[in-house]
Amino acid sequence: MPDQVPAVATKPLRVGLFATCLVDLMRPRVGFAAAKLLEDVGCVVEVPAQTCCGQPAFNSGDRSTARELAMQAIKAFEPYDYVVMPSGSCAGQVIVHYPELFEGDAAWLPRARALAAKTFELTVFLSDVLKAAPRARFEGSITYHDSCSGLRELGIKAQPRKLLAGVEGLSVVEMKDPDVCCGFGGTFCVKYPDVSNKIVGKKTGNIAASGASTLLAGDLGCLMNMAGKLSREGKEIRVRHIAEVLAGMGDEPAIGEPER
Amino acid sequence: MKGREAVFANIKKSLRVSGEDRARREAIAARLERHPRGVVPARGQKADRERLELFRQMVEVAKASIAVLDNKEEVPAAVAAYLRSKNLPQSIRHGDDERLALIPWAKERTLEVTKGASDGAQLASVSYSFGAVAESGTLVMVSGADNPTTLNFLPDHHLVVVDEKDIAGDYETVWDKIRECYGAKGMPRVVNWITGPSRSGDIEQTHLLGAHGPRSLHVLVVRST
Amino acid sequence: MSQAVNSPHFNANARKALDDAFLQKALARSEKGFIERRKAAVEKLPEYDAIRDSARDLKDHILAHLDLYLEAYEKNVIAAGGHVHWAADAEEANEIIHGICKRLDAKTVAKGKSMISEETGLNAYLEERGIRPIETDLGEYIIQLRGETPSHLIAPALHVTKEQIEADFRRAHTDLPPERNLDEPTSLLAEARAMLREKFLAADVGITGANFLIAETGSSVIVTNEGNGDLTQTLAKAHIVISSIEKVVPTREDAATFLRLLARTASGLDLSVYTTFSTGARREGDPDGPLEYHVVLLDNGRSNMLGGKFQEMLRCIRCGACMNHCPVFHAVGGHAYGWVYPGPMGAVLTPSLVGVEKGGQLPNASTFCGRCEEVCPVRIPLPKLMRNWREREFERHLQPAAARYGLDFWAAFAKRPALYRAATSVAMKVLRLIGGKGRIRSLPLASGWTKHRDFPAPQGETFQALWKKRRVAR
Repeated sequence: MPDQVPAVATKPLRVGLFATCLVDLMRPRVGFAAAKLLEDVGCVVEVPAQTCCGQPAFNSGDRSTARELAMQAIKAFEPYDYVVMPSGSCAGQVIVHYPELFEGDAAWLPRARALAAKTFELTVFLSDVLKAAPRARFEGSITYHDSCSGLRELGIKAQPRKLLAGVEGLSVVEMKDPDVCCGFGGTFCVKYPDVSNKIVGKKTGNIAASGASTLLAGDLGCLMNMAGKLSREGKEIRVRHIAEVLAGMGDEPAIGEPER
Repeated sequence: MKGREAVFANIKKSLRVSGEDRARREAIAARLERHPRGVVPARGQKADRERLELFRQMVEVAKASIAVLDNKEEVPAAVAAYLRSKNLPQSIRHGDDERLALIPWAKERTLEVTKGASDGAQLASVSYSFGAVAESGTLVMVSGADNPTTLNFLPDHHLVVVDEKDIAGDYETVWDKIRECYGAKGMPRVVNWITGPSRSGDIEQTHLLGAHGPRSLHVLVVRST
Repeated sequence: MSQAVNSPHFNANARKALDDAFLQKALARSEKGFIERRKAAVEKLPEYDAIRDSARDLKDHILAHLDLYLEAYEKNVIAAGGHVHWAADAEEANEIIHGICKRLDAKTVAKGKSMISEETGLNAYLEERGIRPIETDLGEYIIQLRGETPSHLIAPALHVTKEQIEADFRRAHTDLPPERNLDEPTSLLAEARAMLREKFLAADVGITGANFLIAETGSSVIVTNEGNGDLTQTLAKAHIVISSIEKVVPTREDAATFLRLLARTASGLDLSVYTTFSTGARREGDPDGPLEYHVVLLDNGRSNMLGGKFQEMLRCIRCGACMNHCPVFHAVGGHAYGWVYPGPMGAVLTPSLVGVEKGGQLPNASTFCGRCEEVCPVRIPLPKLMRNWREREFERHLQPAAARYGLDFWAAFAKRPALYRAATSVAMKVLRLIGGKGRIRSLPLASGWTKHRDFPAPQGETFQALWKKRRVAR
């Protein structure tokens, strides 16, 4: 288990953990895994009262709700040195789209920009900012899906793989087209269920063909989509958020498995 | 409002401009006058012999064939050899280009040479190119009686003679040469950039040669001495 | 008249496409080739991204000065002996073209590939007036025989298999001996070449589109790999170019910039086989070429896009890369989009040209995966533009009630953190109870999800509730 010297110097960093709604509601252990990874390297982790980053509203065209939720998040997370999110797409909302939402707003644009500047997706924060190398064990082969927003808005590709390379007992096997969309797309998957199904079916085919026993990714929405499809197809592949494996929680129930 | 008036009125309304703004007019006049070059790839920027070598490579990448000849006297034999290799009758058609007239075709006794545009009945044509571009293995052909455009498209086999000195590194250099010959804003009726033989990928995305234009393109480069 | 809009039925069209075994086979086959060819071509050109940036900036400059570049273009076409006609809408463009054909007593018209003529519904318009248009691009010819519209910008017959093409040729080419073997693509191509060669030679008028118009010289530019566009415009009595107004570029050098991007991004070639610059009609001493040269410039809603939220869409050079990399296009093909332009570019352009009431489904049918923007040669922010349409729809209450209420319901809680914590805490416990075995196979109100997937049950308590407990416990 990781017990390494904190990568950060004397004064501990205060990190606000923005868990994201899916983690908050569906899978708290991702939040705890993220907190553990941050605390292990000496960060002080706090979880201020939070709801949603506003991305569903933003992508549905409801700009005013998106702005309102963004203001709420800015207020909640402004006090911290850093804000860390275990999701590329929610982090993309804060980092890329919050400043867009307040274009031309003299009062809020600087605050949105300031928050964007100190907000990081979890694997980017661990790998690029803290230069941390979490130590964990995980027996088995995994394949990694690059979620779209993280990949294309934030350039997340090498960071999770670099962190996974340090996990003892774990081997990474790349699937075909790891950077192609899984068909989740937020509300897309319920608005266009048949199209989404076709896309996720291709994805689960590639996942199964990789031969890996576990699928990892950094976004719970995509993970639930792929887990739900794998489960419906009767494919025995476990699905987890990368934070769980990095935090040494890879033996707890996977997504869609009964709690023990 | 219909037609021209409607189109311009709406463009100006959307752009919130009058069309009389001097700064805007000067901006476009300057660009049209100076025709600045964009980003020109380094690939074609090579000294003479390397440029020819690049041209040869790119012509082959484009699925055309190429032969480099030491002088014009070798052209008839090269044409005859090409026709034999394709099992074609010894017959070609070409235009009024003086450079073609100076080729000693009579050296190939069995080679029938006719002149003029194509009506679709010819199997092989010979053209002289205006220029060429090493960057992509492209031939630059200009229309007119010297090298009728139909000769570029109707015969099954198109043979093109290129002077080594006319091979430029990039398209921009050939545009400047067009300006020299046709005036600052002048253009021949047609400029054809030809990069390989005709092809289609429309049947199951399988790439097949010989769609509507020539099935094969053979380039004969005459070295400059 | 213009092509009918079937975009409001995207969902039904998509379901039909998903059930079409021929189509699915065709889509699966084409996906990989486009992506790999583009990648290889781009990797061989170190300056590719720098050219993209300059092309984007250049298009922005052109669009900001569109009126002036069009004026310059028009002047130079006329100076070269050509004719320029302006059409505010599809009907006007069709009338102009029909007028020219009628004056020349044209019976058949050869056509090079033109998406603009698809937009105006030109073929149907001419046919109704006794003039026979013959598509000469092989893909367009195939779909014309089938009575279909193109399903892709540069590969119009992408959705058709070779067995279907054989059947179409046997049906349409009545003098084709039944024993002739047409099993292979090469034999199909030979048959089409022979058949179309006669049509080229017989056509009275040739109509082509334009990839670019050059203001400096009054030239129109087409690119083809087949050479059909050149035969179309060289052999007929008159060459009519039909183009939309945003295709104008300032100079020949600027055309070169776009040409360095177009073929690489579209088909993976450094340059298309034939890039043709046409300036005016046959000149004195010319042994060939058309006797008349006309350009019909169509607006059809584009001028409304200038200076607004969708202007960036007018940078599009119609390479097709966005659809070649789109997971939704790969799943359903082009026809599901229900109008002329499919894929991500169609999802933005269609509502701009036919109205958001009819085209509004399309910008919603995207996962926002962003791959289209990543490959766009002129860096059009397609997801952002699709989101702009969603905002427009939201403002005008055009979204389906269920989606709207679902979102409002969620937002009502999300805006009130205390209420949110209380409500979600209960809700997740209920879901946990339903999903005791870890997965839920069917869930009321979430049938869109559970129709094809299980719903992974939540852990039970929320993260925020558990975190608070942990803090208290410490």
